[in-house]
Amino acid sequence: MINPMDFLAWVRGPAFDIALAVFVVGMLVRLLEIFLLGRRPNYAQARGGEWGPGLRTMVSRSLADPGTFKRAPFNVIVGWIWHVGFLIALLLFVPHIELVKKTLGIGWPGLPNPVVDAASAIAIVALVAMLIHRVQHPVMRFLSTFEDYLTWTLTLLPLLTGYLAYHRLINPYPLALGLHILSIELLLIAFPFTKLTHAVTAFIARWYNGAIFGRKGVRA
Amino acid sequence: MSELSLERGLQAFRQEMDAAVAAFFSSCVHCGLCAEACPFFVETQDPKYTPIHKLEPLRLVWEQEFTLWGRIKRTLGLSRPVTDAMLAEWEELLYDSCSMCGRCSLVCPVGNDIQYMVRKAREGMVAAGHAPEGLIGAAARAIRIGSPMGLKFKTLQVQIEHVQADTGLEIPVDRQGADFLVLLSSMEIINFPEYLEAIARIFEQVGITWTLSSEAFEATNAGIQIGSKDIARELVERVVRAAEKLGVNNVISPECGHAYTAIRWEGPNLIERPYPFRVFHIIELLDEWRASGKLKTEGKESDRLTMHDPCNLARKSGVIEQQRNLMNLVAENFVDLKEHGRWQWCCGAGGGVSSNERATELRMRAFKRKKAQIEEVAPERIVTMCATCRTQLEEGLEENNMSIPVVGLTEMIAEHLVDAKSD
Repeated sequence: MINPMDFLAWVRGPAFDIALAVFVVGMLVRLLEIFLLGRRPNYAQARGGEWGPGLRTMVSRSLADPGTFKRAPFNVIVGWIWHVGFLIALLLFVPHIELVKKTLGIGWPGLPNPVVDAASAIAIVALVAMLIHRVQHPVMRFLSTFEDYLTWTLTLLPLLTGYLAYHRLINPYPLALGLHILSIELLLIAFPFTKLTHAVTAFIARWYNGAIFGRKGVRA
Repeated sequence: MSELSLERGLQAFRQEMDAAVAAFFSSCVHCGLCAEACPFFVETQDPKYTPIHKLEPLRLVWEQEFTLWGRIKRTLGLSRPVTDAMLAEWEELLYDSCSMCGRCSLVCPVGNDIQYMVRKAREGMVAAGHAPEGLIGAAARAIRIGSPMGLKFKTLQVQIEHVQADTGLEIPVDRQGADFLVLLSSMEIINFPEYLEAIARIFEQVGITWTLSSEAFEATNAGIQIGSKDIARELVERVVRAAEKLGVNNVISPECGHAYTAIRWEGPNLIERPYPFRVFHIIELLDEWRASGKLKTEGKESDRLTMHDPCNLARKSGVIEQQRNLMNLVAENFVDLKEHGRWQWCCGAGGGVSSNERATELRMRAFKRKKAQIEEVAPERIVTMCATCRTQLEEGLEENNMSIPVVGLTEMIAEHLVDAKSD
């Protein structure tokens, strides 16, 4: 058996450095792979701009159009719930903010612990619901590959271990915290090599989408 | 002709990769929402018609050759190679079950422009020899004869004589220095001759100088539909050459959807230079003339009318308000379909689907979405501004025993011209 304190020290130290390096270098490579391809010049007379519509779509595509919402309400609502729950747990939990403050020197106000606790619990339930939906919905099941289930697991683990650590359901605490940090490291390592990249690239994709349509005078 | 092969197809895929495609493929989370945007999926409920799935061959080439991780995976034998058999299987998905309507591109939550990629994927399919027979035939006739339906200028000439006799107006051909060069679609020449008469009368009232070209009267572009830049370029060049020779300032694309996409948006990029003239869809000009008061109409249609927006014109080109302004000019009982404009549903025939006989059954299935939309509004007539949409609507309505006439907007406007000689 490894000592929980040694385990915690390892995940906080060398393991974290490795995970962060893989994440940063991996994502840099991914972004270079995208942008270095460039785009061909467009000689057609534009009906509208590219930058404005592109930036607009980066934000506006977060909301589903009414027709799609009506046809796939579960996807839209549960998808939103788990993303928001995850972001609340990640960005608005006071200990997380303090960690950022300690490392980067910047901080922001958090939410009371019970609120974050509830958000995490909801996010976990929503993620489980998404998994059930994925295996039941004919289209989602058809599209799904091993990667979809892997990334689902890697996304669930930080929420789950965080929740268990917060409620002292894993003992001793250093082990709980160590497992939580390790789960995040696994997520970081997988990030550049899986669809998890969408957390960054979706905004690039949305920009291109908005720009391509915007140039033709269509709000995308 | 050089030999078509898998390698040429893969090479075409490679040439089509750009930053946008890479960003799109990097972002798909397999949420399946694009399926809900696709009339071919919605009406069949077959998961293989999920739009993003139609791009799997292109995605594999991107992953295996344009990403470091994908190269490693391929070296380790962890990813599926793109084979000739795979492309053969995908032919139905990329052609028969996709009208490139672009609705999925507006719905995708991560912002993937799926239609943009289908257009690119077809380049590879053509090069690999996996394009549908019907489209190959249409493209060959367009190149050889000058029209995808195989008609020649002398057929148009007969029609010109008819219209001249009926209206007493001159239909100018090859008139040097005219302001506008007018293009037609074969479908209009054969099935909807009303169009030529309508524009002749409208132009007479508005007072523009215009001409047809005996060398380039065909607006449609089978190269765009099949997905071959080489064919598309040659067809666009014919129009550009004619326009430059005649010295026109403007080119008018007719009531046809993909012709507008071809000449307005893809054309300059195919010939790799901007045009020395401007390109308009007839509907854009009619609305400009309405706004400036040059187009004078009288009377209004009193029956319940609805409108079908051609994908290429509305969602893919931003011509959305213009046709509504024109409808309100001549109709007092115009009701839009619930999802219209950029959110309209495709009729099911665009993107070459209508030239692909093999896809007839699927095309009629996809039409069911339009049918459902029409039933919600229960119109007495439907107005549209694309000959392919119009033919599909007529055929689909007939097959479903719905007797709702379909009319072209330009003709309807012409019927209300102040100086209209006949009804």
